[in-house]
Amino acid sequence: MDTTAQTDYNPALTGDGADKAQALVYPRIDCKDVSVFYSGKQAVFDVSLPVYDRSVTALIGPSGCGKSTFLRCLNRMNDTIDGAKVTGEIFMDGENINSPEVDPVLLRSRVGMVFQKPNPFPKSIYDNIAYGPRIHGLVEDRQELDAIVEKSLRRAGLWQEVKDRLAQPGTSLSGGQQQRLCIARAIAVRPEVILMDEPCSSLDPIATARIEELIDELRKRYCIVIVTHSMQQAARVSQRTAFFHLGHLVEMGDTDQIFTSPRERRTEDYITGRFG
Amino acid sequence: MNNPPETSLQSEKALKRLRRRRAADTRFRMYGLAALGFALFSLVFLISAIAWKASGAVTYHVVKTDIVLTPERIAPDGNASPEEITRNIEGFYTLVRDDLFAHFPNAGDSLAVRQDFSALVDRLAVLPLARRVARHPSLIGQSVTVEVPVSDDVDLFLKRSSPRSIPFRIRAGAQINPGQGGGMVLAQPDLRSVRTTLTALGEQDGVPSVFVTSKGAVARLSDLGDEAATFELLAGDVADFESTPLKGLIVTVPESRRTISDLQIAWALALRSEGIIRRVPHTSLLTRTDSTYPELAGALAALVGSLLTMLVTGMVAIPMGIFAAIFLEEFAPKNRLTQLIEVNINNLAAVPSIVFGLLGATLLLGTFGLPRSAPLVGGLVLALLILPVVIIAARAALRAVPPSIRSGALAVGASRMQAVFHHVLPLAFPGMLTGAILGMARALGETAPLLLIGMVAFVAEVPSSTTDEATALPVLIYSWASNAERAWEPMTAAVIVILLALLVIMNVIVVMLRRKFERRW
Amino acid sequence: MVQQLGQLPMGWLLTALLVFVVTTGFSVGRIRAERYLVSGGHKFHSRGNYHGYYVAMWGLLPTLLIAAVYVLFSQTAVFGLLNSELPEGFHTLSKAELQSYLEAVAGAAKTGGYAGADRIFATVTSRFLELSGSLKAATLAAMILAAIGGISYARRKVAPDFRARLKVERGAEAFLFLCAAIAIATTVGIVASLLYESLRFFAQVPVTDFLFGTRWNAQTSAEFGALPLFFGTFMIALIAMFVAAPIGLFAAIYLSEYASVRTRRYMKPLLEMLAGIPTVVYGFFALLVIAPGVRAAALGINSLLINIGVTSEPFLAAQPTSALAAGLVMGVMVIPFVSSLSDDVINAVPQTLRDAAFAMGATKSETIKQIILPAALPGIVASMLLAVSRAIGETMIVVMAAGQRARISFDPSTDLTTITVQIVALLTGETQFDSPKTLSAFALGLVLFLVTLGFNLIALRVVQRYREKYE
Repeated sequence: MDTTAQTDYNPALTGDGADKAQALVYPRIDCKDVSVFYSGKQAVFDVSLPVYDRSVTALIGPSGCGKSTFLRCLNRMNDTIDGAKVTGEIFMDGENINSPEVDPVLLRSRVGMVFQKPNPFPKSIYDNIAYGPRIHGLVEDRQELDAIVEKSLRRAGLWQEVKDRLAQPGTSLSGGQQQRLCIARAIAVRPEVILMDEPCSSLDPIATARIEELIDELRKRYCIVIVTHSMQQAARVSQRTAFFHLGHLVEMGDTDQIFTSPRERRTEDYITGRFG
Repeated sequence: MNNPPETSLQSEKALKRLRRRRAADTRFRMYGLAALGFALFSLVFLISAIAWKASGAVTYHVVKTDIVLTPERIAPDGNASPEEITRNIEGFYTLVRDDLFAHFPNAGDSLAVRQDFSALVDRLAVLPLARRVARHPSLIGQSVTVEVPVSDDVDLFLKRSSPRSIPFRIRAGAQINPGQGGGMVLAQPDLRSVRTTLTALGEQDGVPSVFVTSKGAVARLSDLGDEAATFELLAGDVADFESTPLKGLIVTVPESRRTISDLQIAWALALRSEGIIRRVPHTSLLTRTDSTYPELAGALAALVGSLLTMLVTGMVAIPMGIFAAIFLEEFAPKNRLTQLIEVNINNLAAVPSIVFGLLGATLLLGTFGLPRSAPLVGGLVLALLILPVVIIAARAALRAVPPSIRSGALAVGASRMQAVFHHVLPLAFPGMLTGAILGMARALGETAPLLLIGMVAFVAEVPSSTTDEATALPVLIYSWASNAERAWEPMTAAVIVILLALLVIMNVIVVMLRRKFERRW
Repeated sequence: MVQQLGQLPMGWLLTALLVFVVTTGFSVGRIRAERYLVSGGHKFHSRGNYHGYYVAMWGLLPTLLIAAVYVLFSQTAVFGLLNSELPEGFHTLSKAELQSYLEAVAGAAKTGGYAGADRIFATVTSRFLELSGSLKAATLAAMILAAIGGISYARRKVAPDFRARLKVERGAEAFLFLCAAIAIATTVGIVASLLYESLRFFAQVPVTDFLFGTRWNAQTSAEFGALPLFFGTFMIALIAMFVAAPIGLFAAIYLSEYASVRTRRYMKPLLEMLAGIPTVVYGFFALLVIAPGVRAAALGINSLLINIGVTSEPFLAAQPTSALAAGLVMGVMVIPFVSSLSDDVINAVPQTLRDAAFAMGATKSETIKQIILPAALPGIVASMLLAVSRAIGETMIVVMAAGQRARISFDPSTDLTTITVQIVALLTGETQFDSPKTLSAFALGLVLFLVTLGFNLIALRVVQRYREKYE
């Protein structure tokens, strides 16, 4: 699977200006031969994958195929797990984020993440959003912070629902709202990339639809990588899709192409529901 | 590659902020490490301080005497019954003292000197000898060699722990001349170091004493001049000093401020240099019972008392705790009563131990009229105290047995009682046992409740049943620690070491049981 | 003859009799069941052994009851009877004196060593032996009769269709329940005895004088103002928590968040060893090592302050035993109480919250301080409460290293006394059961029990609710 040959790939996106199309020429994140080991056991094998700006890249595959593990490499969340080791290079804006000089704290402020289960902090809605800007020192005063909170909540489509109860605990919201709160929380740090690890798997269909709309909306500003279990969701929200199986990247490409004419047999079997 | 967008995070300010955050991170981690370090340091400090203290009680000094058990002394009024012999401590003591005193023919024979000499060995030290003779009357008239402990003051002095003493050397070849009045004079002695030490010690309430010894003779410095040092002979002859090398000793505390006199020091040093006073392993700590004299005291009675108490505690708390746990875990219906029992057990586990002592004092001693100071009462109180611990551990062990075992037994037609007693209990037993041992370890170290039911009594007899007057190891530690004499400190520390050793053994058993029966389902 | 009965070793006899009753009952039931089996080839509901157990149960139950009553009340009964027969002269004795006289009699009766004693003592002792001899004989006879009755009653029930196993199991379950109910009985016993004695105390000393009085002098004069004791207890517990709270919490944080699995496996038991060391050992350590250190430090501060001219008189009391020495050592002792439970609750904080914070770009310490600790706060507070309760109820350290003087002083180098110290002081040595001096110990005990119970209940409730939230 020679993915490096495809770096000049330019997906035919509609409705975007030429300046934005320009940004898509080069990958925002470029992974080269990334492998992950958990206590000596290899979980991800030599994955090379470019991720483009202002688009949604979906990682699909059966459970345990290493897609979440791979996703966690992109903001070095694997550092927090005892015995996890990542090899290979991941370039972001020309800098290898796996190099020891890169501070994961700084990296994570540029690469936000949303998790499988909504995990708001046991604080108020306001403090949940304000947490990131506060620790990173993004604001000078209260007005600025208020503004960021409002902007983030608006972008996450939650403002109308919570603007009168910002002081209530984040855990008092419904599941879908909590997940949007987590997205707003990630946005508040002004990241360039947002990683989403099966963000809808614990939500009902209506809440899922709401999140999917939001993702489509966010695509205009951010580079989004989403791990999903549901092929329909991948088809609905993503522009590019990568199929993982047993820790290997089997195939990647334009979402339409993957779903209509996969090149690999395993991809086809998975998409048509023969396993997974 | 296109240029990365300029975000506020790359700014100089943000980097500075990041460095500050990183520093705070490291600091926080260090606090944690320091806290852990402090806790471990405290543990090590505690154990080593006590071990260090206890090392002073590993050996002690005994004095060897050869005496003839003459009937006139042993049974002066002709009554050689065992009671009379045991009662006649004075007779045995006089024999021992006179034998020792015979080593110092020059000491004079005044009553005052004899009395002074008596302080070397306490009267009660001959009690074991008296008892032996009472048991074997055939010994009367025979000649025996016995070793009796020297008094605690002498022992501490000889161990150099109190009063502190500093040894020094005297260059070989110093010229010795007899001085006036039986003293002696050292010509041209090189005693600069002694002079320096004496100056440093100063003269508060008198001058520190300086001794020189040689074989059986001891002399005390009376004048330290530049040309010659004059000594006063306290034991032995001047001739003794000429043949053998001299050893010196500075006693840092002046005579007026210590309980042991210069003369006693001289006698003790002389007896030691002749090999009559020897340092031997302090086995009597484990073979004797309590005494008001530290050198004669031992922990045997307390050890047996603790064992008897533990016997009662174990026989009550372990079966009862296990049965209670079986009921709560396997049979209890979910109702208010069992819920109340649950809350109760958790609360009882945190009730201060002294409250159990109060319960024992009113209920067991008062209402039921059980005997005071008895291991029976102590054991019952401690059983109630550790019951929650045993129950909680036993329940955890039962819970660890997978339900499939129960269903399996029930499926082949066993009743619930049979399923529990035939199948679940054997599997849970090792876990229950470890909990029980840990509970017993807790009971073994408990002191406060035992104080309140009178187990703090002075017990000189080894208790033989659970209703005899008795004390326990931790209580003995408490009583010995409250004694004023310095000699009790190492003794107390030694008993603590015994107690801790017992606890370590119990915990090792627990660890071994866990290793052996560790099972994963 | 009766006198010789008085020297029967009842402990052994009772045990032997009970064992005999059980074995006899078991064989009687089993043999009868087997006879049915041999003669008629009946199909039994329960196996022969269960019939044996059933009969044994019926033999044991009444005999055990009689034995229990004997063990608990024989001494009281014999003393009561003896008391009523004592000559006039004894009535002038106080209750405590009488009790100790009677105990001496009982002791002499046991060893038989009363031949040489004075005439009255010998007479009383032989009368004591007569009385206890007849009681012992009567008890043994009653037990044998009860056993025969119980066994023969149960034997008649043995029949092929008799459900012996169910009966035995029900009996066993009742027995198991009784064992569990001991826990309640203990609490009831504690509350009842403390309350009873305290009420007797409060009949002589007003509650308000006790709770709010500032002068405590129970040993010499009858002053029972317990406020200085409460103060001392509080002060020493506070010092202890100054040590234990930060050390325990940070140790827990380090173990749960930073330490590797290996370190954790070795460090946790080491830390918990601090809780396994008997408190009397801590007391000795405090008395021998820490108290002199505290005193030396206080003296040093005094001379320093005088030298630089801040004060002209010693500023600190610098006593040989001090609140600070006891508090410091107690603090070390309760470290594991804080760290163990804190460690548990920190571990119970869901990993997703940690992930969320890390993914936001929080450093480890920020995650711990801003997310984990606030989430674990209830549990941490509970662990502190349990530690405070432990510190308040701790006895030996303060008995040995805190002192006996009841007073209110904020100088940590001075000696303070506590509730537990006074309980021990009041109840060791010669005690008279009716004097307010002795009774005041129970009033103190009641306060101690209630306060620690309050702390424990709150802490347990908080922990339980916390667990429910995250599990």
